[in-house]
Amino acid sequence: MNLARREPRWAVFFTVLLALIAQVVPLPEWLSVVRPSFVALVIIYWSIYAPHAGGIFAPWLAGLALDVFKGDVLAQNALAVALVAYIAMSLHQRLRNQTLVQQSLFVFAMLTLNEFVVWGIEGWSGHPVASPWRWLQPMVGAMLWPFIALLVGRTHARS
Amino acid sequence: MAVFGSATSRSFGGRGPSFGFRFFCYAVLSVVLMYYDRHGGFLDTARYGLQAAIYPLQLAVNSPSAAWNWLEESFTTREKLQAQVDQLRNDLRAQQLVTIRHAALESENATLRGLNAAMPDVIERRLIGEVISFEFSKARQRLLVNRGGRHGVYKGQPVVTGDGVLGQVFRIGPFSSEIILITDSEHGLPVTDVRSGVPAIALGTGDSTSLELPYVPQNHDVKVGDLLVTSGLGRVFPHGLPVARVTKVERDPTQLLAQIHAVPLAGIESDREVIFIWERPGHPAATATPEALAVEAPVTPAVTPP
Repeated sequence: MNLARREPRWAVFFTVLLALIAQVVPLPEWLSVVRPSFVALVIIYWSIYAPHAGGIFAPWLAGLALDVFKGDVLAQNALAVALVAYIAMSLHQRLRNQTLVQQSLFVFAMLTLNEFVVWGIEGWSGHPVASPWRWLQPMVGAMLWPFIALLVGRTHARS
Repeated sequence: MAVFGSATSRSFGGRGPSFGFRFFCYAVLSVVLMYYDRHGGFLDTARYGLQAAIYPLQLAVNSPSAAWNWLEESFTTREKLQAQVDQLRNDLRAQQLVTIRHAALESENATLRGLNAAMPDVIERRLIGEVISFEFSKARQRLLVNRGGRHGVYKGQPVVTGDGVLGQVFRIGPFSSEIILITDSEHGLPVTDVRSGVPAIALGTGDSTSLELPYVPQNHDVKVGDLLVTSGLGRVFPHGLPVARVTKVERDPTQLLAQIHAVPLAGIESDREVIFIWERPGHPAATATPEALAVEAPVTPAVTPP
């Protein structure tokens, strides 16, 4: 189990916590409608570069925290983020060989999927759905991806 | 799509079950949680605990603005504070002038109604809470306040400000509660027009400066400038709390209903303090008691005839 000790567990914890804060910090409305899912972005990073540090549990828990925080249906973000993490983990070996800019295409797809799952659950549970500007969020997220990946990458020694 | 299979993930570590299996477990768990969050009541206790767990984070997120306010308050000049005190003193005098006749009017009212003594106020107890954070979006108009179950706050409790009705408690944690504002697009509030007594329902629009009264027939007497108060019919708010003032009445002859807009009296985006109220049970202006509302429980008469 000396392998497990090298996993950047604390880095995962703190970066996800920071992402959670960035996700819910109050912003003016025009900014907050295009605010990308920072939690999903950070989770994608860890799923690619340290898939065993958090497993599926950490993404799921982060999503659940987001649900409680935003007062959404319990587990809607949890499911969406866990799904994204699962796909990223399954493809992590292939994604690691790509440049950050190439990865951002994948990130765009994943954020769209994340948004789609949340949107579907919101519709199913009868909550009013947020503005159509939400579909810009994945685009913004994909553009931010190289910076976020570099930033998060500094928290651990990459092998 | 072979990469999605469990074979690749298993070849990587060989520790524990594959990602696919684990994801499947969490997905099932999520769906179960969602179902019970929607249909069952017992997840409320879980949420209550989770709210407590998340509370420090909520405080942390809003600490920058809180710190800014604190700094601003600590560095206000003496003159500014003095001006504020003078202003408050003036306001108090004005209020005193209004209330000085209140006692006399109340006993007069009681005599007219044939009561022996004036009724006590419908609001029995109040609690002041501070706003921690807010959300004023089209989909949601909510406040997070630093009072919760530990302070006796309950779900569905009316919340007001000095100027009018603000909303009701939507979700509680031990130390905090979420308030759904009357301007939330999912909120409806039964009101009456003070001048004409016309009943209406004030719906939130998702805009914190306007309410809509969509179900008032054309010929009902509602005018611009009318004061709307709670009617006490919604089982949440006691009767007679000021809510809004009518700002626009459109009567399109081809429509059955009038289009009425009103502006809430409570300064929804500006107030940093809110008041939770407990109404006096059995008061004529109070809403029906929970016992009387319970469908299963037999209604016990409050006064037994001699």
